[in-house]
Amino acid sequence: MDTKPRTQFAIQSRLLHWLMAVMILAMLFIGVAMVSSLADYRWLVAIHRPLGIAILILAIIRLINRKLTKLPPFPPTMSPLERRIASSSEKLLYALMIALPLIGWGMLSAGHYPIVMFGAVHLPPILPAHPMLFAILRAAHTVLAYLLFATILAHVGAVLFHTLIVRDRILDRMALWPVRRQKAADPDTKPAE
Amino acid sequence: MKPFLTIDPTLTRPALLLRLAVIGLILGGAVTLFAWRAGWLNPHTLTQKTVIDTFEKVDGVFPGFRRNHAKGVCFRGYFESNGNAAALSRSGVFLPGRIPVLGRFSFGGGLPYVADAPATVRALAVQFQLPNGEEWRTAMINLPVFPVQNVQQFAEQLVAFAPDPATGKPDPAKIQAFVAAHPATARALPLIQQRPISSGFADTPYYGLNAFTFLGKDGKPTPVRWTMVPEQPFQPSPATAPATLDKNYLFDGLIAAVRAAPQKWRLILTLGQPGDPTNDATITWPDDRPKIDAGTLVVEQIESEAVSPARDMNFDPTILPDGIAVSDDPLLSARSATYSVSFTRREGERKEPSAVTTAETGK
Repeated sequence: MDTKPRTQFAIQSRLLHWLMAVMILAMLFIGVAMVSSLADYRWLVAIHRPLGIAILILAIIRLINRKLTKLPPFPPTMSPLERRIASSSEKLLYALMIALPLIGWGMLSAGHYPIVMFGAVHLPPILPAHPMLFAILRAAHTVLAYLLFATILAHVGAVLFHTLIVRDRILDRMALWPVRRQKAADPDTKPAE
Repeated sequence: MKPFLTIDPTLTRPALLLRLAVIGLILGGAVTLFAWRAGWLNPHTLTQKTVIDTFEKVDGVFPGFRRNHAKGVCFRGYFESNGNAAALSRSGVFLPGRIPVLGRFSFGGGLPYVADAPATVRALAVQFQLPNGEEWRTAMINLPVFPVQNVQQFAEQLVAFAPDPATGKPDPAKIQAFVAAHPATARALPLIQQRPISSGFADTPYYGLNAFTFLGKDGKPTPVRWTMVPEQPFQPSPATAPATLDKNYLFDGLIAAVRAAPQKWRLILTLGQPGDPTNDATITWPDDRPKIDAGTLVVEQIESEAVSPARDMNFDPTILPDGIAVSDDPLLSARSATYSVSFTRREGERKEPSAVTTAETGK
């Protein structure tokens, strides 16, 4: 087994990251557009449901992959506080990626809606039909979606800051193509938690 | 202790500022794009929220009630398909046999305690429950055509036809101005006003109004409109509600009729020909278009809103099984969007008792 610390995330981790980045951003924009669009509402909702379930499936695969693979270390330029923030925000992102589709699914169940994927394919309800439960989950779906968008912006902002201003090549860890290590790792580098 | 953030010491001050500006532009751009898609930058656009706000402005807010079709009563029954439409649509609804239905009769408008009146729009909403878990929901009214073509006109019409707070009646000048500006409404209104008005909920037809597309096994599309035609013989209504009768007399009549015998409607499909418009609910297709009797809707039992699951159901007309698809009628997406806002608002509100209950009848 390879015992050297990685310089990059595992290839499947990087593929999942970028695939889901595109899907989740598309999903957030579809979500916010559909609730204020009379003309496009129907087809946007028709995409929103199956895309949400696809994100849920990928997020679960990604969580398992995250537990099973070794991570590259944080760059030495990251202070301990920054590392703690990065780890917490990663946990928050995972929680939201899984919670949002589940809440959407539960919300439609509570609202007595059929959960149509495409054609005749649909999912069973996961909660009993109940008006107030629907209303609470519907509101939670919106609030958590805004929180997810804000967390993604913070994540992108931090990576941009490191890439453009700290200039520690932090983006190499997630690059889709292989990147060779520039220099020996900082002695105080530990694998990310 | 390390500082929270380290800056590359080789960066000059202008380079640093430029890079900070780039980050700001990217993040600010993303937020702006998001806000624009959300409609926050153009607050005067008509959205599903403003349509429902208009209902609330015109009729007031009655917590827990639908913002339109507020007064109603629910039912259970079944749909008995005769198989005649199975060649047109691959949906299980049209295979010969019986499937359970749930539904609701209602009046158009946002007033849950309004007195029954013959000319008020009557509506029939149905949820067909297919054996494989699919659903078909449809909401029909007893007008042969819809007065407007799209949701912009609908919102304008709501305001133009709203009762004047001073007189309690709509302002004829506003109605005239609206009709003059909308030729489609001018064509539709005589058809609506001249419709024969029946004595009750049970002896009136209910029209689907919007065109849909039926898809056969081979995917062949057919433009279709549907109508629920009553088996109960038509009885004319007096022009105004008899003063001696209860304010719920039409609903009470329906409840009594269903208690006496199941009430039945035939689902009649009208098939469009190539060239027939499918995007305009203000017109009907020519009378010679083929019609198919697809089966019978049987209303077996009336239930109060307080106990029926149909109260907390959104009769979104775009909830369709495989084999029925939406047409290019812009009203369909708009109905789906606005029903959703009405549903979300009322589900979160405390439920007030409905005007019509099954216990109340017979008094």
